[in-house]
Amino acid sequence: MRLLRIVPDDTKFDFMRFRRISFPLSALLSIIAISLYFFHGLNFGIDFKGGTLMEVQSKVGDADLAKMRAALGALGLGEVQLQQFGAPNDVLIRIAEQPGGEAAQQEAVRKVRGALGGEVEYRRVEVVGPRVSGELLSYGVVGLMLAIFAILIYLWFRFEWQFALGAMIANVHDIVLTIGFMSVTQIDFDLTSIAALLTILGYSLNDTVVIYDRIREMLRRYRKMPMPDLLNASVNQTLSRSVITHVTVSLALLALLLFGGQAIHSFTATMMFGVVLVGTYTSVFIASPILIYLGVGTGRDSLSAPDRDK
Amino acid sequence: MLYFTRWKATAIVLTAFIVCLFAVPNFLPEKMVQSWPKWAQRHVVLGLDLQGGSHILLEVDSAAVRKEKLEALRDDVRRVLLDARPRIGYTGLVVRGNSVEVRVREGSNFDQAVEKLRELSQPLGGILNTTGQRSLDVRTEPGNLVRLTVTEPALVERVRQSVEQSIQIIERRVNELGTVEPLIQRQGIDRILVQVPGLQDPTRLKEILGKTAKLDFRMVDVSMPAEQALQGRVPPEDEILYSSTQPRTPYLVEKRILVSGGDLTDAQPGFDQRTSEPVVNFRFNTSGARKFAQVTQENVGKPFAIILDNQVISAPVIREPILGGSGQISGSFTVESANDLAILLRAGALPAPLTIIEERTVGPGLGQDSIAKGKLSSYVGAAMVIIFMLVTYGLFGLFANVAVAINVAMIFGVLSMLNATLTLPGIAGIVLTVGIAVDSNVLIYERIREEVRSGRTPINAIDAGFTRALATILDSNITTFIAAAVLFYIGTGPVRGFAVTLGIGIITTVFTAFTLTRLIVAYWVRWRRPQRVPI
Repeated sequence: MRLLRIVPDDTKFDFMRFRRISFPLSALLSIIAISLYFFHGLNFGIDFKGGTLMEVQSKVGDADLAKMRAALGALGLGEVQLQQFGAPNDVLIRIAEQPGGEAAQQEAVRKVRGALGGEVEYRRVEVVGPRVSGELLSYGVVGLMLAIFAILIYLWFRFEWQFALGAMIANVHDIVLTIGFMSVTQIDFDLTSIAALLTILGYSLNDTVVIYDRIREMLRRYRKMPMPDLLNASVNQTLSRSVITHVTVSLALLALLLFGGQAIHSFTATMMFGVVLVGTYTSVFIASPILIYLGVGTGRDSLSAPDRDK
Repeated sequence: MLYFTRWKATAIVLTAFIVCLFAVPNFLPEKMVQSWPKWAQRHVVLGLDLQGGSHILLEVDSAAVRKEKLEALRDDVRRVLLDARPRIGYTGLVVRGNSVEVRVREGSNFDQAVEKLRELSQPLGGILNTTGQRSLDVRTEPGNLVRLTVTEPALVERVRQSVEQSIQIIERRVNELGTVEPLIQRQGIDRILVQVPGLQDPTRLKEILGKTAKLDFRMVDVSMPAEQALQGRVPPEDEILYSSTQPRTPYLVEKRILVSGGDLTDAQPGFDQRTSEPVVNFRFNTSGARKFAQVTQENVGKPFAIILDNQVISAPVIREPILGGSGQISGSFTVESANDLAILLRAGALPAPLTIIEERTVGPGLGQDSIAKGKLSSYVGAAMVIIFMLVTYGLFGLFANVAVAINVAMIFGVLSMLNATLTLPGIAGIVLTVGIAVDSNVLIYERIREEVRSGRTPINAIDAGFTRALATILDSNITTFIAAAVLFYIGTGPVRGFAVTLGIGIITTVFTAFTLTRLIVAYWVRWRRPQRVPI
């Protein structure tokens, strides 16, 4: 049987030359993502904003959104959003945080239950009070920072500091672009989004580390090879692995995206963007060439060790 | 790299096999598993998002606890000064911030007063008090003023005790509801997490959790009608409370508590024999019965009020002395509300009010759907990955698939051993692990391909491929593991479920890559003595 070869043997792409395009491109995209965050904003879910989220399913055929909107609008609960969720009889109701502290949120749920009566089944009710939402947000942000920091320390121990810094820049870049993606799509930004960001961080690093490992090996073996050539060789040698791994991870994510249901849809969509699109690009076009600028491998020539392969 | 001693190979296979065995109880009917020893019964617990249920986070009102503590201190100060012989005159006894202030009227007995008040201060932390902290800080100021400040550790300790008591009471209340495997635990300093699986409607649960259930029996002051007291001055020993039913009628009741809910030994729902209305029958303990008998003897013909959480449930007139120590509360109950009140009275009153600060409820229908979707996406994802690996690596792809299958079985085994909770994001974590587990194989195989290309003999290439790839696998997985660990630390509920499966998945992935995959390939090499590597 002839086996599938996605990437031919001995590719010789000049990835490093692309840094003249990829660096400005990434800088531009990052600036766009950051401005999106500030001017367009994220669609904060109730985890971080407080409020109430209810998923109801109509027991009497398709849900009549207009009727429900009228019934709920009359309750005086401020902003009430209704949205079809998956099936035509499924409706997602979002109620903004009520003024008047923790008990007021519960009162709002009671009112909605009263207004919708027995015509719907309550599939999910989530109420996050003002105090908890503030804590969850700071927990999430602190967690993300902590993870970046812990990984940085680990890489610093395993590699040289330039590698740690390079990986760090690459990963902050990933997270910034993913946040830009979340802003454009207005995907609900909640606790699962933080989970998605952390996983993207983990996987993207996983990829970067594989290439860095190879670069380190090459640095030991070829002491006179110019840095851009050495980096190109490393990326090319690991290219087949990168592609195959990303295909398998995308297959798994695709299955989740198509069949995993609404509840984890935004989670998988974010991961798909972060791991597959950004992560791959970053490890090849950002994480590797940045080592040139960080001064990896300079001063190797002054070592008197003989160049084994020449 | 390709050589395994016999005992080492056995150890590897045995370890994997035993870990996989732990997953077995998940796939057998519950009845069958019940007869097994406890350690073998361990299984994966479905999260609330999969089996349906309520997650409710409660917070103890620590401001109320503080206030109560300070008011109790004020009463203590009054008692100490009045009980002193000779009596110590005072003015301006007030609570101010975290302190109680009092001014002793005569300078001559000021020292005596301070000495008596200092006795109120107790060492903190019981007999093991090593810090030397005390419950009160007593200071004197010019003008015969004494200020007793409750120290911060004493207040924190009081809040802690309230939470402990509340947890016990909540446990009793929730268990009375007849729910299966509720989880009640403390979170942080002043919070309590209640998780009740498989509940259709949490409204009743929330009502039962939210009630303080402080029951008092007090006399109604009949010296003036309540309406008149409302307009004029309420006597200092009385207060106005309203009825629990509509329309809200005011009652002028004494502040003095005759008997409290703490003196109850039992409460049961029942029906009034004459009107057949739902009622709650209760029985006092000995001291409660004695107090109640004495009060009812002295007050025949007068009304008394039964007060629950500062609302008057009913205010019957005492027709005859109640000596038996049991009684009946009636007051427009439904069968359910009488039942709930009985539960609350049996469980006891909460030391402080509780507020719901977070609620997440998933109905059983959604849970079922999520399980179905989780299963479907896992099967589809696994099938696609398996086919892709076969197409790409042929025989070695088959090896990889076997290793990944064992890997997934081991994840379930470890989850079972830990009695871990499986959530929908947790399932996503497993699916992702399948994706990443094949990566370790990909790394190995690609490395072998390279070594073949650089001109090594097949066996040499395979050996070198493993050696070089394993270092990379370790490095790359540790970074992902750090992310999973942080996620576990900061996450709650479903997100934590994701972190657990991801973390366990990484460990089992590294284990299989280092042992099983290598073992499989090693045996194949020994058996076939390949002339070329088929990848």
